[in-house]
Amino acid sequence: MATPLLSVSSLTIGIRRKGQPDTVIVDSLSFDIQKGERFGIVGESGSGKSLTLRAIADLLPKGVEVLSGSIRYDGAELIGMPAAQRRKLMGPEIAMIFQEPMTALNPVVRVGEQIAEGPRRYLGLSKQAAAELAIEMMAKTGIPDPARRARAYPHELSGGLRQRIMIAMALSCGPKLLLCDEPTTALDVTVQHQVLRVLEELCADSGASLAFVTHDLAVVNQTCTDLAVMYAGHIVESGRVAEVFSDPRHPYTKGLLDSAPDFDQPDRELVSIPGFPPNLAARPSGCPFAPRCQFAVEACTTAMPPTDEVAPGHFAACFESARIFEGAAA
Amino acid sequence: MTTPTAMLVAHKERRRATRTRSIKAWYRNGSLMAGMIITGLLVLVAVLAPVIAPYSPITQHLTDALQPTSPAHWLGTDKYGRDVLSRLIWGAQVDLRVGFLAVLIPFVIGSILGGIAGYFGGWLDTVLMRIVDIFFAFPFYVMVIVLVFIFGSGEFSIYIAIAAVSWVSYAKIVRGEVLIAKKQDYVVAARLGGMSHARILVRHIGPNVLSQAIIYGMSDIVMDIMAIVTLGYLGLGIAPPTAEWGSMINDGQEFITTHWQQATIPGLVVVVTSLGLSWLGDGLSDLLSPERRK
Amino acid sequence: MLHRLRFIPGRLVQSIPVAFGVTLIVFFMARLLPGNAALAILGQQANAASVAALSKQLGLNQPLWEQYFLFIGRLFQGNLGTSLTYQIPVSELLSQAIPVTLSLLGLALLLALVISVPLAALAAFRPGSPRDLGVRAFTLLGQGMPQFWLGIMLILLLAIGVPLFPVGGYGNSPADHPYYLFLPSLTLAIAMCPTIIRSLRSSMIDVLGSDYVGTARSKGSYGAALFRGHVLRNAAIPTVSVIGVNLGFLVGGSLVIEKVFALPGLGSIMINAIFTRDFPTVQGVTLFVALFVVVVGILTDVVYTMLDPRVDLSGKENA
Repeated sequence: MATPLLSVSSLTIGIRRKGQPDTVIVDSLSFDIQKGERFGIVGESGSGKSLTLRAIADLLPKGVEVLSGSIRYDGAELIGMPAAQRRKLMGPEIAMIFQEPMTALNPVVRVGEQIAEGPRRYLGLSKQAAAELAIEMMAKTGIPDPARRARAYPHELSGGLRQRIMIAMALSCGPKLLLCDEPTTALDVTVQHQVLRVLEELCADSGASLAFVTHDLAVVNQTCTDLAVMYAGHIVESGRVAEVFSDPRHPYTKGLLDSAPDFDQPDRELVSIPGFPPNLAARPSGCPFAPRCQFAVEACTTAMPPTDEVAPGHFAACFESARIFEGAAA
Repeated sequence: MTTPTAMLVAHKERRRATRTRSIKAWYRNGSLMAGMIITGLLVLVAVLAPVIAPYSPITQHLTDALQPTSPAHWLGTDKYGRDVLSRLIWGAQVDLRVGFLAVLIPFVIGSILGGIAGYFGGWLDTVLMRIVDIFFAFPFYVMVIVLVFIFGSGEFSIYIAIAAVSWVSYAKIVRGEVLIAKKQDYVVAARLGGMSHARILVRHIGPNVLSQAIIYGMSDIVMDIMAIVTLGYLGLGIAPPTAEWGSMINDGQEFITTHWQQATIPGLVVVVTSLGLSWLGDGLSDLLSPERRK
Repeated sequence: MLHRLRFIPGRLVQSIPVAFGVTLIVFFMARLLPGNAALAILGQQANAASVAALSKQLGLNQPLWEQYFLFIGRLFQGNLGTSLTYQIPVSELLSQAIPVTLSLLGLALLLALVISVPLAALAAFRPGSPRDLGVRAFTLLGQGMPQFWLGIMLILLLAIGVPLFPVGGYGNSPADHPYYLFLPSLTLAIAMCPTIIRSLRSSMIDVLGSDYVGTARSKGSYGAALFRGHVLRNAAIPTVSVIGVNLGFLVGGSLVIEKVFALPGLGSIMINAIFTRDFPTVQGVTLFVALFVVVVGILTDVVYTMLDPRVDLSGKENA
């Protein structure tokens, strides 16, 4: 297989503390995103999925840092890359869409100018040309009357329009990798659906890859080709979306699927996962899901289960995967 | 130099800082300590002035005028031959006394009016806030100077002038706090439980709201000391020959080319005083803010 | 943009009660003088003829409300009475002094911004760092200094120690004025800085932590471009109102500073008038300053509205 567009390996993110062990939030995470792939990262809030995305974009909040590991973009190592060089990737190579389209847009700058900012910097466009490009991008995201809307301020637009503006902004420099941090969570369900369609189509047109963080399985199902399920800073399962959905190999993934409504089987009973995700400061040794797992055995609480390839391209990190799922199937 | 509104802003900022539980708790405790030590020493000096001042602050020795620093006069003498150190020490008595006392009247009047306006609202609130607006249009020094002019110079008219100007800040703060407190569940519950207005104001709203007024009052003391010193400098304050830091600076400015320390040293004393009081205020605001106790 | 300024007429109307309140207070100042106001103004040694003349000028023989309407009526004609010391109309005295005070304020505001913006940015980009603590120390010191004393110290350092600037005065020709205004403006600016820096620093920290700055960073914006394009304007919005409400106070401060630097502005006029018990002049200066503060309040709203597109004051109660 060719070099992946993005290759994350053994990425560990946390808070460094003087004289104490570091607080680890994301623990030696590894995944690859191929060119044109749409990769979903699913997990509960606090699982570290957003931080992973922010680490790629070099936007970690103050105090939180990459403790070890590597992030390679198109073969080039991002960790330790000089800030000036890394900054140049943001926009033309990697772009990001945030969760809250209300707060993620500068309230005092017209949206057209905000879209035009990147192209002016990277494509060397004149003010005029960049403004035209901005309108063109807005039209592509399906914003009606883009020339007029370009002169609007964010607070004058609806949530759906604002998120389209974010998409237009992110794609304006033709990035090869688009990082999406719960881009539709703040929107109504119907608007959510439209925005996802736009995102998908535009990525397909430009051939951009997608790293898509969400807690919503239905969104992953609609948008992504591949996914990783995160729990407490670990990837517990990963693979093709269709395969993982139809044949989950980790109790947590199974729990997530069982707790989400399925419109094909409206009569199925929803089952919630008992308990809460672990406290980061008091991380259990062994599998982090063990305390909530109905299948947990002695071994689960002492050692971290290795990630096994349970089927071609389908990975799960569970000692008991074979017993639980294949046994159940048999 | 600070301004009433700056103080209001800083006040809000402090409230917010305490809400979010500043990481710099050590610094704030440190500032409380520093503030207590500096203020305590100053108060001690002021109280003990008759004992520790080596000379009379008033008696003139014209033959000894404008002496440089010497073992007899550590900080030299002024144009009337009076010992500068002794005048500084006695000045502490005047400036601190007026500073502390001047806060009391506006504190009481402003808090009561602000409390009533905030609690009862309606036309009372509207009228009172209009009056506050009108008073806010007069710059602090302009108003104080004019009122001192009208009532004649002297300590008493300084109290009246400062009270007439600064009650509005207390009214604003207390009103704002009451508006917040009024909507709290425990106040609503007390109301539903049939408690009287007066009882609610005194028992439930008062303690929380007053701590904010007290915190503001701490920075207001600094402001008042600045006002007294400024009035003294302009020759509108405490009448000579009483030793007072502001009039000492004014006396010293005359000899700025030959005896620079005459104007400089009293000013430095004012700076130290206001630093001490500001730190004390910062520290107190941590102790008194109810949000922090949670 | 213009349609968002349609609140101005309404805002003007709203400030009319405040303006009237101001005239009322200034009017009653004369009544607060103990005993016969004319006698109190002129002093016990005054002869009967001048007391009678001043009583007449102040309208002391008429009922109170009539006196007030007389006062207002004259005010609308620009008549603020006659200076007892100079025997010229107070309005004439003011018209000479106002430009001095306004240029002092304007230059001071400019200097204050030039000093505050970089310092606030230095502090806000690295909160808790040594340079933040340094800026903090500067604001603490600036707050602790009496303005007039700071002025004297600047004279000592920059006019006497190193004779770069004049000790005082306003200069003889208009070309000299900025040179003579520099030290007093610097004094006033340093006095303004703590307030501005505190406000800017805290709003810059808020803005730097905001999502839209994250968005801007994700577009590769950094450093000066990020600061100019996304941080400064947003952070300036709350600071504008802080400056606006404090400008009134700074007018008061500038009066004292004029005395230190012997500038022939409103402050010098007022303080001299107080010593010569020239009451009409004191009244005139007070009235002008208070009305100026009311106008500054409106100007602040205009600037605020232009900076922040979300604000629409036309429908709202004034803040």
